[in-house]
Amino acid sequence: MLRILINALRTGVVTTRYPDEPSLPPENFRGQPIFSTGKNLPPPEVCPVDALSQHSATGVRQLDLARCVFCGRCAEDQWVGAVTMGRDFELAARRRSDLRIEIMTDDTRIPELQPALNPEADMDQVSSEIRRVLGRSLHLRHLDAGSCNACDWELTALLNPVYDIRRLGIDFVASPRHADGVVITGPITRNLETAVRRTIEAIPDPRIVIAVGACATGGIFGEGYANLGGVDQVHPVDVYIPGCPPRPEAIIYGIMVALGRLDARQLSNQG
Amino acid sequence: MVDPTLINALQAKAMGTVDAEIGPRPSDLTVRLSHIDDLLVAAEVLIKQYTMALATLVATDETAMPDGDFKVRYVFEPTTANAPDWFVTLLVSVDAACPEVPSLTTMIPAANWHEREMCDLFGIVPVGHPDPRPLVVHDGWPKGVFPLRKAFDGSQRVPVEPAEEFPHMVTEGEGVFEIPVGPIHAGIIEPGHFRFTSVGETVLLLDARLFYTHRGLEKRMEGISPLDAFCIAERICGVCSVAHGLGYCEALEQIAGVDIPYRARLIRGIALELERLYNHIGDVGNVCAGAAFHYGTATGARLKERLQQMNERIAGNRFLRGIIIPGGVRLDLTSHLLEFISSTLLQTLTDFDSLMDRIEANPSVVERFDDTGILQNQTAMDLAVAGVAARASGVNRDARRDHPHGAFANADSPQLNVMTASAGDAMARVMVRAQEVRESIRLVDEFIRRLKPGPIKIAIADPLPGDRIGISAIESPRGEAVHWLRTDANGRVDRYHLRSPSYHNWPAVALAAETAIVPDFPLVNKSFELCYSCTDR
Ligand code: SF4
Repeated sequence: MLRILINALRTGVVTTRYPDEPSLPPENFRGQPIFSTGKNLPPPEVCPVDALSQHSATGVRQLDLARCVFCGRCAEDQWVGAVTMGRDFELAARRRSDLRIEIMTDDTRIPELQPALNPEADMDQVSSEIRRVLGRSLHLRHLDAGSCNACDWELTALLNPVYDIRRLGIDFVASPRHADGVVITGPITRNLETAVRRTIEAIPDPRIVIAVGACATGGIFGEGYANLGGVDQVHPVDVYIPGCPPRPEAIIYGIMVALGRLDARQLSNQG
Repeated sequence: MVDPTLINALQAKAMGTVDAEIGPRPSDLTVRLSHIDDLLVAAEVLIKQYTMALATLVATDETAMPDGDFKVRYVFEPTTANAPDWFVTLLVSVDAACPEVPSLTTMIPAANWHEREMCDLFGIVPVGHPDPRPLVVHDGWPKGVFPLRKAFDGSQRVPVEPAEEFPHMVTEGEGVFEIPVGPIHAGIIEPGHFRFTSVGETVLLLDARLFYTHRGLEKRMEGISPLDAFCIAERICGVCSVAHGLGYCEALEQIAGVDIPYRARLIRGIALELERLYNHIGDVGNVCAGAAFHYGTATGARLKERLQQMNERIAGNRFLRGIIIPGGVRLDLTSHLLEFISSTLLQTLTDFDSLMDRIEANPSVVERFDDTGILQNQTAMDLAVAGVAARASGVNRDARRDHPHGAFANADSPQLNVMTASAGDAMARVMVRAQEVRESIRLVDEFIRRLKPGPIKIAIADPLPGDRIGISAIESPRGEAVHWLRTDANGRVDRYHLRSPSYHNWPAVALAAETAIVPDFPLVNKSFELCYSCTDR
């Protein structure tokens, strides 16, 4: 017992100060791909998970961060220089559409975004209602809807002495009935659909739904015999957290955005 | 070279013809049995006379090919230490109009789930299977729809039909309780359903139902370029990203006929051991959680976190994704990084040794670990259990030695010390893991010392050669994983199949749990530490 105490004292405090202090991932880290303007850009086929696309009529290229697995292939070989893997990891967004980024090149003009119709406007109202009821603290239920368990291990890491997410008033609870919201990983497999729906329903309203990682935000699998293809296929999503898997601090950022304690950044392709 | 006596032994027993050919690898043998009923006697020869074990079972739909049939390959491997590195495949042709094969499960218990999976996904019926319940497809899956048949379009949803309750294996009697747990568990863990039958605290029977996370990965990979499919193979399982990425690459590189540069193999070897390290250390911490020893849990989590932060510095990803690519490795290890790895591992070793001291000096922890969740040696052999679970039950097998891969395939590879224990309980599994942690740290050091400047990848032309098969076996943190990949005529993925270590280990967990009490199940389960996602795929 004494030895345990001595060891604990010797170890000291290992906890990060993120998000109060910024975190800079290491040099090799692969965050948001950044496309240089005026360069020969990789065609959509380069991406193994269809995160790159090109509009057939306008020729405008798009990067879908909800599908990107940050593999770095579009920044390799002949595309070195045209694309670099940025170190940005704070990519959480409130709307799925915010994660679709138009890639600007010098020879293509970007059509103006239509500001008018915004079907998701009332979703924002729901979120502010959630914030009013739940305040700054959040108790979350975790739901594995068919992930590869990488995202789940990162959620577990949030409880380790380094991230210690409880210091931010956030905790994971065992019962959905004790939860204010749910973090969901995985593409919603067919074999889990019923369990997922029932668990979400068991959480009292208003509830926050957070989709964590590429499968949950609609990437890699999409719809098929075994998957529904993303959390928003079963329930509206309050915050999407891209990454494969998102690093623990990216998840903290997403939860802070969900709580309205941080604003989602405006994502753009310019570095 | 291939042993000719084996072919003679098979011919002596078989009624039909036995055609043997070399392959998939030059050291392997593929035996075509013209008579489907010869399967039983042929398998018996391999199991009994040659002490082999079932490594994997792969079915393929070749109805659109000239043969117009299904094929089933039963792949066997040696189980004795220092046996040659070879696979023996028994290949049978199955009539597409009446797809049936004799079941091997009664003779080879390890075939149990393989045959049920083949029945669910291909509609090939293992006749005489003792437990023909559906495995992969769950309630409401329509009858007569088989996702891995070529005619099935995997990108479409399939309607859910009304279904009866799944027939769980339970027993009845006075004072007997049935305890359903899951699929959603209280904690951040993967989904599975466990049905305990118990009398008081004592477990009489445990029926585990998995495949909740079945994502149709193998179907998803069909028809695309094997180079693109790599990205999916690397994502079958989070904590086996390196092992599965490597296994897939080795199969792919056999098909491509390329030889990976020396330096790339060493870097792959380092990545594989780093993956084992963060898993094993995290697992030792998690087993402590099963015994309510929180200092152990927190220390394990802290050490694991330090290793994962190191992973991110090396590979740009905390699960080491993106370091291995078909043809070699994407990222080189600079001298700066190598120093960082060495110093981190040195510190980790000190801290881990101190954690093990605290565990071993704590009678209330030792008491919980000892004699809990015993897996008998014979059971481990019968079920072809893999990895730490097998070695802790006295099975001397490790794919790094038995099927050299990564850095172990280099001519000057260091000797691997295979760690075993005999008790087969939770304590033995913790101790084997602890020894393997020290061994991995030693190996990384050996690999680093062998590094010399050189290329780290070799180009692979797309499309790949058509109609070829690649096979590999990798020792992942959980044990041996067997990858089987075949290209179609255009060099695209025709069929990919992964037999994960957990696939063979899950039935063993159920048996080990039956020697324990219900409250010890989390401890037993964590001491095995199995993946759901690479089992369910
Ligand atoms: S980094 Fe993202 S966009 Fe680029 S190839 Fe990989 S998945 Fe596609």
